[in-house]
Amino acid sequence: MIIPAEYYLILATVLFFIGVFGFFTRRNLISLLISTELMLNAVDINFAVFNAYCHPEHLEGFFFTMFGIGITAAETGVAIAIIINVFRNAKSIHIKNLRELKY
Amino acid sequence: MEFSIFILAIPILSFLILGLCGMKMPHKAAGLLGTTAIATVAILSYIAAAIYFGAGRNDEGLFPTLIPYALQWLPLGNTLSIEMGIMLDPISIMMLIVITTVSLMVHIYSLGYMKGERGFQRYYAFLSLFTFSMLGLVVATNIFQMYVFWELVGVSSYLLIGFYYTKPAAIAASKKAFIVTRFADLFFLIGILIYGYYTETFSFTPTELLLSSAATVLPTALGLMFIGGAGKSAMFPLHIWLPDAMEGPTPVSALIHAATMVVAGVYLVARMFPLFIAYAPEVLHMIAYVGAFTALYAAIVACVQTDIKRVLAFSTISQIAFMMVALGVSLSDDPHKGGLGYMASMFHLFTHAMFKGLLFLGAGAIIHAVHSNEKSHMGGLRKYMPVTHITFLIACLAIAGIPPFAGFFSKDEILAACYNYSPAMGIFMSFVAALTAFYMFRLYYLIFWGKSHYEEELALYTAGKTTHEPHKPHEAPATMTTPLIILAIITCVAGFIPFGKFISSNGHAYDIHIDAAVATTSILLAVAGIVIATIMYAKGDSKITQAINSSMKNIINAAYHRFYMDELWLFVTKKIIFNCISRPIAWFDRHIIDGAMDMLAIVTQKLGNYVRPMQSGNVQSYSVWFLGGALIIILTLIYFA
Repeated sequence: MIIPAEYYLILATVLFFIGVFGFFTRRNLISLLISTELMLNAVDINFAVFNAYCHPEHLEGFFFTMFGIGITAAETGVAIAIIINVFRNAKSIHIKNLRELKY
Repeated sequence: MEFSIFILAIPILSFLILGLCGMKMPHKAAGLLGTTAIATVAILSYIAAAIYFGAGRNDEGLFPTLIPYALQWLPLGNTLSIEMGIMLDPISIMMLIVITTVSLMVHIYSLGYMKGERGFQRYYAFLSLFTFSMLGLVVATNIFQMYVFWELVGVSSYLLIGFYYTKPAAIAASKKAFIVTRFADLFFLIGILIYGYYTETFSFTPTELLLSSAATVLPTALGLMFIGGAGKSAMFPLHIWLPDAMEGPTPVSALIHAATMVVAGVYLVARMFPLFIAYAPEVLHMIAYVGAFTALYAAIVACVQTDIKRVLAFSTISQIAFMMVALGVSLSDDPHKGGLGYMASMFHLFTHAMFKGLLFLGAGAIIHAVHSNEKSHMGGLRKYMPVTHITFLIACLAIAGIPPFAGFFSKDEILAACYNYSPAMGIFMSFVAALTAFYMFRLYYLIFWGKSHYEEELALYTAGKTTHEPHKPHEAPATMTTPLIILAIITCVAGFIPFGKFISSNGHAYDIHIDAAVATTSILLAVAGIVIATIMYAKGDSKITQAINSSMKNIINAAYHRFYMDELWLFVTKKIIFNCISRPIAWFDRHIIDGAMDMLAIVTQKLGNYVRPMQSGNVQSYSVWFLGGALIIILTLIYFA
């Protein structure tokens, strides 16, 4: 039995909005980073699903998924570095410390 | 004639060198540099004149108009463009000679007169700038180039009047001169623009076709141009700046406010003369009436002034008015049929530049000796300053119109032209000429004859009544007397130049012949003026003088205050223009224009305050907005697609 594409898409949407919700409501920078990862993973699932169901003869979607995972890893590295610097300066990783950046 | 570019290039280079590094030069080097430059220019001008007049007339019997240089400077639209160039024709060559000669004399003279003054180099730099601008004005190929240089001479005049910038009177005078002439130049500019718009050219000699299409507006344009000329040439009622301009150094008064710049207005009218005579003869005659009134007014005022430079200033106004009258009374462009005035005017311009330059330089020598402008500090100077005395007397005789001095010949031509126009005008101008002789000799006697102020002071000092030892008047140094002598020689011989051979209204040769009746009357009137002046002033204040003074007290008082023209102008500007025009405009500016701008600023500020909280610095609120925006865009796309 083939699993219908909608199942995957619903999963991706749910995952994405869990990420969005987490991004809006959490106050811890690490939690924010995890929420971002959730959103990116939702996007990766979308790429893979659309490739497999709409154009099975092509591979671009899978490639983009691989790219996405790679970039996510790099982005995580950068984000962690930023968070470590924030922590060194403010002795905390609460999001309110980033308001200072406005100035 | 390609070398003519150096006539303009050398003075401007001299100005740049003296202006930029003059302060590092010793006085003598700067003075000599300026003088050498102008001497070179003078020699070049003489060579240019010799070549030009030596080349002779062309087949039509005219001296050809040469344009060695012309380049397009500002193209305006398809047909109209402004050119810069050099144009040589009889009157511009004549003006070159006048300007460079007087300028050279003034440069040499200033070496002595300005010796040791602070800002000596600046003075020479400005003199060079003035000479450049004036030469550029006379060689202009078109009316717009003339206007550009016209403003430049105005600026240099402003700079030189205000040379003693620590003296409040000099600053006020320089501002007055600049504002009054600038006010007149506004009309000049409007005139030029009307002229350029309708004839589609700024040239002095548009084609007949272009002119005939613009014939109806030409009188207006030419009349407006004359107002500009009247401002520069100090015609009534725009004359008020010239007497005050005497606050500048005396050689400057000789160069700018007697010989060259103030005749720019006459030169302008002469330049436009073919158009005046063909399209606007009635404007030309208006000029004659304005000139005649100015001549009389200035002559009367000159009779009672006590500052010797003011007397000369009013005399200049009066003499320039003579030139204007001579142009104005022309009836045709043929000198044999009533067009004599043009030649007479140019002739008088030439001779007047020489003898009025001489008078001012002489006055400078006197002021240098007695350290005062007031006649009460002079008197009996002939023993102390023989050279100045003789040269001043020659100039007085010339301006009074006594043969064989230059002024007689030119003034005689002017009077002949006036009688030819109408006997009333002739009689009127003859009367003014007699008045000229009177006030010049009044000045002469007050300076050189009568009781010596120095001797009176010395007597008081030796009698022990004052402790202040008077300063003995002395003859000026050679640098100052040499120009006086040279100009005096020119004044003696210039009248014999066959001027009509070079310059006449239609360009053809014209033989000057002295009209016996006119000449006799003018000589008799001049002698009468001199005799009256002798009786009244030769022995100091005689009883007759006192009697006349007391009987005409009111008129003399009014004339001494220049018939309250300055006060009238102040009333018009301060009470009427400032109150009725400037104040409403200022109110409009402050409340309407500034108010609109202020409102814009206030609205922006309020809006800014309103949206400012959005920039909280909170990343999460930003992302909420971002998401909201993205959703709105997507929904819109879905809805419309």
